[in-house]
Amino acid sequence: MNVIVDTMKPVGDVDRGGEATALLSVRSLVKHFGSNSGLLARTRTVVRAVDGVDFDVMKGETLGIVGESGCGKSTTARLVMQIIKPDQGEILFDGEAVGSSALGLNDFRKQTQMVFQDSYASLNPRLTVEDTISFGPRVHGLPRKAAISRAHDLLHRVGLEPSRFAGRYPHEISGGQRQRINIARGLALEPRLLILDEAVSALDKSVEAQVLNLLLDLKDEFGLTYIFISHDLNVVRFMSDRVMVMYLGKVAEVGPSEQIFTTPRHPYTEALLASMPSMDPDNRTQEAPISGDPPNPINPPPGCRFHTRCRFVTALCAHAEPPLHDVGGEHFAACHLANPASGHPRLAAA
Amino acid sequence: MGDSDTLVDVRQLTVDFGPARKPVRAVDGVDLSLKKGETVALLGESGSGKSVTLRTLLRLHPKSARTGGTVAVDGRDVLAMSAAELAAYRGRTVSMIFQDPGLAFDPVYRVGDQIAEAVKRHDGVSLAEGRKRALELFERVRIPSPERRLDNYPHEMSGGMRQRAMIALALACRPKVLLADEPTTALDATVQIQVLLLIRELQRELGLGVIFVTHDIGVAVEVADRIAVMYGGRIVEMGSCATVIRKPAHPYTRGLLTSRAGHAAQKGSRLVAIPGAPPDLANLPPGCAFAPRCPEVADGCLQTVPAPVPLDTGHFACCFRVSASSAPKELRRAIA
Repeated sequence: MNVIVDTMKPVGDVDRGGEATALLSVRSLVKHFGSNSGLLARTRTVVRAVDGVDFDVMKGETLGIVGESGCGKSTTARLVMQIIKPDQGEILFDGEAVGSSALGLNDFRKQTQMVFQDSYASLNPRLTVEDTISFGPRVHGLPRKAAISRAHDLLHRVGLEPSRFAGRYPHEISGGQRQRINIARGLALEPRLLILDEAVSALDKSVEAQVLNLLLDLKDEFGLTYIFISHDLNVVRFMSDRVMVMYLGKVAEVGPSEQIFTTPRHPYTEALLASMPSMDPDNRTQEAPISGDPPNPINPPPGCRFHTRCRFVTALCAHAEPPLHDVGGEHFAACHLANPASGHPRLAAA
Repeated sequence: MGDSDTLVDVRQLTVDFGPARKPVRAVDGVDLSLKKGETVALLGESGSGKSVTLRTLLRLHPKSARTGGTVAVDGRDVLAMSAAELAAYRGRTVSMIFQDPGLAFDPVYRVGDQIAEAVKRHDGVSLAEGRKRALELFERVRIPSPERRLDNYPHEMSGGMRQRAMIALALACRPKVLLADEPTTALDATVQIQVLLLIRELQRELGLGVIFVTHDIGVAVEVADRIAVMYGGRIVEMGSCATVIRKPAHPYTRGLLTSRAGHAAQKGSRLVAIPGAPPDLANLPPGCAFAPRCPEVADGCLQTVPAPVPLDTGHFACCFRVSASSAPKELRRAIA
């Protein structure tokens, strides 16, 4: 174990902004995808994948992002990671703008890594496990020998015996083991922020718990900060300190995990929670909380994006878009009902 | 073969894939019965044999697959059917809905026409009659503006609506048994519950027998009367929904329940995970398939496959550690 400690000592990316500075600040993030469709591709359609998203991730916390397909959670992750370029918006990492002279893209990527859902597709099939894990550090200038030795340490850390796994190829190992390798690769550059995009969703339930435990252990051990994206609300609740609920490219609600799950303030969050299977054979769900599918992000409804499916909808919701309103205790909801000054008729009635 | 209420009676089913010298045994001695108006959930992980069992009921395997045991549906021997008998049987007696309705429909025909064609083929009516039936079904599965939607191509529908259309197609010829292979896995949470409720409602109103394959315990609890837990190609525990959830007897079932990141899981604590990985079907251990991962493993578990131990009415578990006299204590666990 001594060897492990030596190669894993923290690198120079010290905490610059101090504890009070968010590790990641995202402001007015926008990404639209355009495509030409229709006859002879003459109609220009725009998918508003992410449409004005703001959030912070504090040092050492886990921010969970939930939402249904098309809500923009994965696009947000990819924008943060700079895999795709945002149309608008600002991303600050520990107080420095990403891509500025103070924090170049190379430096930023060393400190932020990502683990994807598909453990197989995200590994190079022609690289052995140790080559995959040591690839990043070598690109960033670590000599081969040191990089390989770090890879072996990391394999240890993620619960895989280096002597058995280091020389194997991705197709020779199981899904759970592959996801451990993806996590090890994510940690190889000693990042401060790890983005987990549906990282356990493809795993069997019995293996999922192992990987969740591993993620918690690694977070403690390396002082990591996580963005944990999942459609599984139980898993997000278990993992996250704060939770952000997204709907059609917007933030619907964000706040401390327990508050979101026990006293949601946005009707969409409420519906999402009520849609979870009951796990009680004597009290099965009798009625679906909302009907229909999420609308297409190509032409999102005006006003509040959720108003087409909301049971509290009024004329106000159809034209005025509710901003994120502070409902107290670091809890924000983008609903007119959460804001006493919005003029929603139900507020007057209450 | 059971009483007249029995729709499906599967005995000692085995399914082997791959070369005869080194077969992969995907299903290994499954016994399963289904009564009229009953929903049985097959719960298991990938490779547990749940989908293969289901597909055997429609004989959807490639020719190279070797099937053993008996499969009787509605009193007829499915494994002995000729091609013509099989074509009449599929859709009429038993039909199926799949995980990805986008792949189950033909992308170049209108959805309404595909349903009408199935009705025409099975009922011998005109295409116009078939269209009428399709419209009726679309209303039944509550597709909004059904008349217009009949003319949609599959890609013009959202995921949830496509799954509703798939259900309409499956019910087109008034089958007695509906097989559902993870029909809600690809759907969003708010849509999943709608489709589950729809299946439950149709099952009740039409008196269907439903076999529902899922990997999600929560989904199984929402729809099933009985749950069969599968592992390594075998049913390791079976019982009423409430019994399996509240008094799980097999260590694997118990592990599945305790490893869930549910309500009760404390923030910051660790989940009680099942160690190890699901078994390799080409190299199953000689004894209990779960033994290498089992916290209660004993010597005997590694040598012999445990037989079902009856615990309660309709409840059994295949484990040497359980016995009829010492039925497990209720698992004290706040269930989400």
